[in-house]
Amino acid sequence: MANTMQSHMKKNTLPLVHFFLAFIMLLIGGTLGLLQGLNRGGVFELPASFNYYEVLTLHGILLILAFTTLFTNGYMYAAVRHTLGELSKTVKILAWSSLASFLIGSVLVVWMVLAGEATVMYTFYPPMQASPWFYIGLVFVVLCIWLAGLGIFISAFQWKRRNRGQHLPILAFFAVGIYTLVIFGSIGVTVEVLMLIPWAFGWTETINVMLSRTLFWSFGHTLVNVWYLVAISVWYTILPKIIGGRIFSDTLARLVVILIVILNVPGGFHHQIVDPAFSEGLKFMHVFMSLSIAFPSLMTAFAMFAVLERTGRKRGGRGLLGWLWVLPWGDVRFLTIMIAMISFIIGGAGGIAQTNNQLNQVVHNSLWVVGHFHITVGVTVVMTFFGLVYWLIPHLSGRVMTPFIHHLGMFQTAVWTIGMALMALSMHAAGLFGAPRRTSYTTYGDSATALGWEPYLSFLATGGTLLFFGVILIVYIVAHLMFFAPKGDTPFMDSRVEDNAHPTPKWTENWGLWVIVAILIISMGYVVPLVDLIENAPPGSPPHRTW
Amino acid sequence: MKMHRFEEIWLIFGVAVLVISMAITGYQAFAQGMGPPSHKETIDPTQVENTAPFDNPGVYQTGENEYEVVMTLQAFSFEPSEITVPKGAEVTFIMTSKDVIHGVNAPHTNLNTMVVPGQVQRITQTFNESEEFLLICNEYCGTGHQMMSATITVEE
Ligand code: HEM
Ligand SMILES: [Cu+2]
Ligand SMILES: [Cu+2]
Repeated sequence: MANTMQSHMKKNTLPLVHFFLAFIMLLIGGTLGLLQGLNRGGVFELPASFNYYEVLTLHGILLILAFTTLFTNGYMYAAVRHTLGELSKTVKILAWSSLASFLIGSVLVVWMVLAGEATVMYTFYPPMQASPWFYIGLVFVVLCIWLAGLGIFISAFQWKRRNRGQHLPILAFFAVGIYTLVIFGSIGVTVEVLMLIPWAFGWTETINVMLSRTLFWSFGHTLVNVWYLVAISVWYTILPKIIGGRIFSDTLARLVVILIVILNVPGGFHHQIVDPAFSEGLKFMHVFMSLSIAFPSLMTAFAMFAVLERTGRKRGGRGLLGWLWVLPWGDVRFLTIMIAMISFIIGGAGGIAQTNNQLNQVVHNSLWVVGHFHITVGVTVVMTFFGLVYWLIPHLSGRVMTPFIHHLGMFQTAVWTIGMALMALSMHAAGLFGAPRRTSYTTYGDSATALGWEPYLSFLATGGTLLFFGVILIVYIVAHLMFFAPKGDTPFMDSRVEDNAHPTPKWTENWGLWVIVAILIISMGYVVPLVDLIENAPPGSPPHRTW
Repeated sequence: MKMHRFEEIWLIFGVAVLVISMAITGYQAFAQGMGPPSHKETIDPTQVENTAPFDNPGVYQTGENEYEVVMTLQAFSFEPSEITVPKGAEVTFIMTSKDVIHGVNAPHTNLNTMVVPGQVQRITQTFNESEEFLLICNEYCGTGHQMMSATITVEE
């Protein structure tokens, strides 16, 4: 037994190390979040040596860059290994180099921020200029993503060669889509960072501010949808198994992946709706580009209800809503994903609202936006990740979850949901009344307007405190499942399609075509504005350090 | 690909919501002039003080109850920082930044835009209530960002 145990751990070191590091990031990032929440609630000031903006820069980077990237890589490598078989030597080398690149990059980035050399937020808009080593660190982080993607593509390719004429298994298909999208999305930011590095070293004197900002958002926005794609890979392929059902439609799932990959990148403009330098006509076209991403989400919503209803009826649920009650609400692996999906309906509706130009103008850069993404990322994506933890980590570590951990998991889910709801709702409310994001506690000289935000900000702090307990709980759960739970076999929870399903059409596998279509759509969205920003650029900006 | 009938209905309904929301956005932007601030005019960011009109920031009357506020933003202040206009005034803010990216928001109004070095941004707001509005920077611009504010006093 001890032997099989060790071999388990050894065989799965790659994803386990990723998960281990990911949850360390969550622990640190969550602690910083608590500090921010308490500061905004007016509980305390942060010291000048580690001020609010350094904390916030790290919170952003650790959670949306480090935590999500590590988790995604860990999950995707585990999934590909399960569905496509043992990774080849080349792929293993790529995956480990990817992790090494991540470590080098994040050490540089975090070190620079802690040294006070890069208090520039995760968006690092020029002409604020951080130390060149901060940007070099970012290059390594991007490299990490590309290497991981390359490994996945090679695995898929090798499998296709071994299994001619067969469809790539659905989870691997998701993996290919996810890394294709993230690579497309990171091209712009790579170009940006490569312009920033010589500027930060002083080799070039000025920088094109609007061009950098626009390139950044082609990435920032895409990254969000990458996690979303990761989350729905769980909903489509894993959720059915957990509730004892089958995949609703293999074709539909693949079509959704394709649509998200090809439609997504130009959506980045919705982060620049109130920017100068773009015409109203261009901005209007981009409302279309943003909203088009909602279409595959509508398909997903349908597919999810269909799976839940079918399975509910198979479990004996009757009547209009009877199928709903018989679903396994007491199973933490289900409850987490269900809460994630429900919160996506709320977050998605909010997103559709704020991408429409005039509505955006009301909430842009207010705490509303921070509330929005703590719901979409902090609940929809993160709760889906948590839902995986309960079986994927014991599957990898060769252990089984104890009933106590299951109870604790249910409790954690409640704490997280209530904490996020409280924090995000008060952020939405404060934001509607104009409370700005990325701003440490202030009353603007006791202005009546600012004092009006205080009650919401205290709720924000309360929600943040609850959330911090949620972080501690999940980290404990992960550690237990990784190192201390009793030994045993936990199966991988991937689902099969219905027996009478229609065969999936061949065209879904045509990645060459999808890549070309994606490039066309990205060009449609970006060529005109980028050329305009370059040709009609003002004299560039020299560097500034305002922190 | 075969689709379920309910799926068709649902997708048609969903697309209709999206199309309608877009149509409203387009109508408000182009027919009612409520589009987002989208001025395209550039300036040398290192020469703001020497470039008209920013060599003389201030509040200027341009018509009957129409005003222009020529404003520069710098870490961590607005210039001018105390603005007084009469009730019902239609005020056009003409703004640029002397250093990094800033944001401008007057809570309780729709005045909300980015101010980027090298770009001149314009935004118009009518003030119909006589009260003191706060004007704040809502894009992180450095350690003193939380202090960056101004006031707009609307007089009877
Ligand atoms: C203990 C849990 C958490 C707490 C208490 C918390 C709290 C906060 C607070 C108070 C802010 C700052 C608002 C501002 O001044 O703009 C913030 C920003 C942010 N949070 Fe969290 N958060 C938590 C977890 C998360 C998670 C899990 C994620 C994503 C995976 C996340 C992503 C972000 C991002 C991206 C920002 C914006 C950073 C920026 O504006 O540069 N947070 N959070
Ligand atoms: Cu976006
Ligand atoms: Cu500011």
